[in-house]
Amino acid sequence: MSIIIENLSYIYDLGTPFETTALDNISINIDQGEFIGLIGHTGSGKSTLIQHMNGLIKPTEGKIIVNGVDITDKKIKLSEIRKKVGLVFQYPEYQLFEETVYKDIAFGPSNLNLSDSEIDKRVRYAMDIVNIDFNEYKDKSPFELSGGQKRRVAIAGVLAMEPEVLILDEPTAGLDPRGRDEILNQIKRLHSEKKITVILVSHSMEDIARLVDRIIVMHQGKIEIVGPKELVFRHAQRLEEIGLGLPQILYLVNALREKNIEIDSNAISFEAVKAELIRLVGVRND
Amino acid sequence: MIRDITIGQYYPSNSFIHQLDSRFKIMASFLFIISLFLVNDFYQYIPVVLFIVLTVKISKVPFKYILKGLKPILLILIFAFGINIFLTPGEIVFSIWILDITREGLYQAFFMMLRLIFLITGTSLLTLTTSPIMLTDGLERLLNPFKKIGLPAHELAMMMTIALRFIPTLLQETDKIMKAQMARGADFESGNIIKRAKSLIPLLVPLFISAFRRADELAMAMEARCYRGGENRTRLKVLAYTKKDIIGAIFVFLYISMIIIVKVYL
Repeated sequence: MSIIIENLSYIYDLGTPFETTALDNISINIDQGEFIGLIGHTGSGKSTLIQHMNGLIKPTEGKIIVNGVDITDKKIKLSEIRKKVGLVFQYPEYQLFEETVYKDIAFGPSNLNLSDSEIDKRVRYAMDIVNIDFNEYKDKSPFELSGGQKRRVAIAGVLAMEPEVLILDEPTAGLDPRGRDEILNQIKRLHSEKKITVILVSHSMEDIARLVDRIIVMHQGKIEIVGPKELVFRHAQRLEEIGLGLPQILYLVNALREKNIEIDSNAISFEAVKAELIRLVGVRND
Repeated sequence: MIRDITIGQYYPSNSFIHQLDSRFKIMASFLFIISLFLVNDFYQYIPVVLFIVLTVKISKVPFKYILKGLKPILLILIFAFGINIFLTPGEIVFSIWILDITREGLYQAFFMMLRLIFLITGTSLLTLTTSPIMLTDGLERLLNPFKKIGLPAHELAMMMTIALRFIPTLLQETDKIMKAQMARGADFESGNIIKRAKSLIPLLVPLFISAFRRADELAMAMEARCYRGGENRTRLKVLAYTKKDIIGAIFVFLYISMIIIVKVYL
């Protein structure tokens, strides 16, 4: 499932003194099966952009074409689009409302008018992905779970709709390191097993470097840089200027480069740099 | 959708009216309301219209904005107009079916509608030109003398401040939860009344939970900063009357005199 965005602009509170341009002439192509990282400073327009992708916000100008269908067209049934493009909001646990975990996860699928057996299958599937034990938790109230568990149940609520594009807005904000890694690994697994398109909004350059293929950098409502992660992270100075930065390990790599130690420029994750350094030490000792 | 609600909204600007003391503006609004009820004929509206037009011009709030404030009371306006036009006894001008339209009814209906419109436009200028904080601050000071008879002026003002402060927050929250549920396929816009009421549950439950959570957090944060009510509490910005308020007072005095002159001599 591909998403093509053409000349998209969005202005909040048009015609009032509070008028602000949130998105300014944005064009991007996202292909089927890509894992995209969307980064940018707070207020750069990331959240506004992703809400356009499943029709929650209507653009002031421009087009959004999801799988060949222009979703800004008035005749389009948005429920069809929302079935295919799943969006997990920031702090999704605040959307929980049902009496039991099972019912809450089933809310999405039951809005799709599926049969009871299909709903049951999907709830089990979604709970399995986010690592919440079905038998132990299905009858618990979502409000008596811990923060991390709530988050997973809420993500499962979107996964149960089996979207072909999954958009996550800082899914790990406020979680402990272990909870964060677990959720991100599960998303990675989902991406490689189900071949779905994933768009991840994150402030953690480490997570971005580890998970995604391509990065979109946003700044003041515009697209600043787009490209494969290895290329984007070469713009170290520009990234810092707009309030972002590099994965920690790349600062070490850059410091070594200044001392004329050549390191493979495709090594940007912690693991890859570690392997590269071990290789270099081996070369020196020979 | 939710962002469109403008009741009680502040219009930021630095006009003469914006700079007036909030206590003065509250009292002036009060006088304005009383003056509206003194008026009992069409021609007496002339000073009222002059006063409103002049104040709006000075306040630099666009007229479009003030008209937008009338939208929510449109239903009340139509209702009041209908009741007056059909139910006032008198000389019948013409009748539709069993409804008689009288001369007095027409007169009453238009007169009352104008009164309502002036009432809303005039008083909405108060909230449009005074920030909520200043407004409650002014109200607290004005109610201060009533503390002696046991009126909890500070507590009332604090409650109002907090309520006003949380309107935009809760609207934002509603918007966010609505979108999150819509992303899960929730439909708030179609179906019959029962279905629609039911569809609100996924919105209201999280909204209430979050409102309680916020209330809890706010109480904690206030206590952590030693808040314990109005006794001996000082303020960062102390309200003080300036020359501008004297000019404003003269302006209001001229307006009231005009109403009285028009009433007595015309």
